[in-house]
Amino acid sequence: MSDPRIAGASVTKFGKHPERTGRDLFAEAGLEALSQAGIDPEDAEALYYGNFMGELAEHQGHQGPLMAEAIGLDVPATRVEAACASAGTAVREAVKTIRNGEAEVVVVGGAERMTNIGTAAATDALAIAADDLYEVRAGMTFPGAYALMARSYFDQYGGSHEDLAHIAVKNHEHALVNEHAQIQQEITVEDALEAPTIATPLGLYDSCPITDGAAAAVLTTEAYAEEHDLDAPVAITGTGQGGDNLALQDRPHLAQTPAADKAAEEAYDDAGVGPDDVDFAEVHDCFTIAEVFAIESLGFYERGEGIAAARDGETTRDGDRPINLSGGLKAKGHPVGATGVAQLATVAWLLDGSHPRADAVPDSTVGVAHNAGGTVASTTVHVMEVQE
Amino acid sequence: MTESAQDGEYDEWLDSIESGEGYYLECSNGHGWLPPRRVCPRCHDQDLSAVDLPESGEIASHTTITVPTPQFEDDAPYVTAIADFGPVSVTGLVRDVDPDDVAIGDVVGLDVGERVTTGDRAVVFRPR
Repeated sequence: MSDPRIAGASVTKFGKHPERTGRDLFAEAGLEALSQAGIDPEDAEALYYGNFMGELAEHQGHQGPLMAEAIGLDVPATRVEAACASAGTAVREAVKTIRNGEAEVVVVGGAERMTNIGTAAATDALAIAADDLYEVRAGMTFPGAYALMARSYFDQYGGSHEDLAHIAVKNHEHALVNEHAQIQQEITVEDALEAPTIATPLGLYDSCPITDGAAAAVLTTEAYAEEHDLDAPVAITGTGQGGDNLALQDRPHLAQTPAADKAAEEAYDDAGVGPDDVDFAEVHDCFTIAEVFAIESLGFYERGEGIAAARDGETTRDGDRPINLSGGLKAKGHPVGATGVAQLATVAWLLDGSHPRADAVPDSTVGVAHNAGGTVASTTVHVMEVQE
Repeated sequence: MTESAQDGEYDEWLDSIESGEGYYLECSNGHGWLPPRRVCPRCHDQDLSAVDLPESGEIASHTTITVPTPQFEDDAPYVTAIADFGPVSVTGLVRDVDPDDVAIGDVVGLDVGERVTTGDRAVVFRPR
């Protein structure tokens, strides 16, 4: 069994590109990833592609073959949908395909066009990742769902909106040098606390923006990389996926994310590492509180202790284990179906030293990507390591 | 979205609450769920029976939503909460309370109300 190597990766500039079609966004990322990989596109044998709301935003279903065509490939192409974890789940499928020996070169990616339909329609589209009968019809929005989880966390473990503000401040600061990021603007704790409320206790700066963008990566076997003299030092050594009840009301705890616990445990076991071995992580901070759930589920913090990590400077770029050096979803942006692959690309670039924040983790060998869908009813975790 | 066709057991469940005979489904091991369910997702038991919902529950968490979807445009700001009714929890809109006064632990009853924007039925909680 060969752990897939990341031979090339690319992300578009994340932001507001309302006039750009999904296929054009993905073509930019996919062609650049193939170019970076230095692989003959004829060798690609499959495409796994993440997308969540293409039917609602672009009236476009059946995106697998459309996106393969957009990057000039004639391969079996499968669209993967797991809400905001669509691309992470696509990565997992690509990893399994390579490990199973079914392909030597697989393209994985994702794209989302969101801003063309406006904030209200995008909020509506995102809400369909929740339970329509029991949540959406009770007025649940995604900020609302995470607000329910945040309030429950504060009630059970303590913590405050000010603690969450430190997460937003950190991720905005991390994104300042990331040219792909949607928001490159320093903010203060006061800015975050004074921002308009979206769903109490969460405000504007607790929430990631609505984003257009795409990401792609080319995965290959160690043997193929050696044979073709590719520069591909980073391998995906562990993959994990977990699930949970779709509706919050059906879960025993509102302030825990067991789907991510399961995904992390599986990925760590698969890679033969533990939380203490991880140098840094890109985690799914669609809302500030989500970063807290992520770093607790990844085993970096005990339950109830992740809330203080950013405030205490442990997850900042000069901290012991930096979290979201890209700026996270909060500042980098969150084109839903692309996010999991953008995280993969970020981790690979931080490990190979080519990311603008790589100086924060100069001798790192192990990085993790955590991609969550809905209110963490789907989660993928991938462990990436620098190989000899 | 105005629902044209009925959603099977979901609408029947709302009917049951409206007529004061609200219920939930319970498996042999005491796990509670709302319909439609054919199996307990926690223990795989398929022997589910309808049990009367308790008359009151407690707010487990709540949020006042100020940025709504278009279907709740005229409802906003509104309070969405999850209330704990023992073996089962329910999501609903909190009514008849100032949003600033809603708190975890508040005792509420279950009712069916109307959404302001669309006029569709919705689960609502009122203080008891």
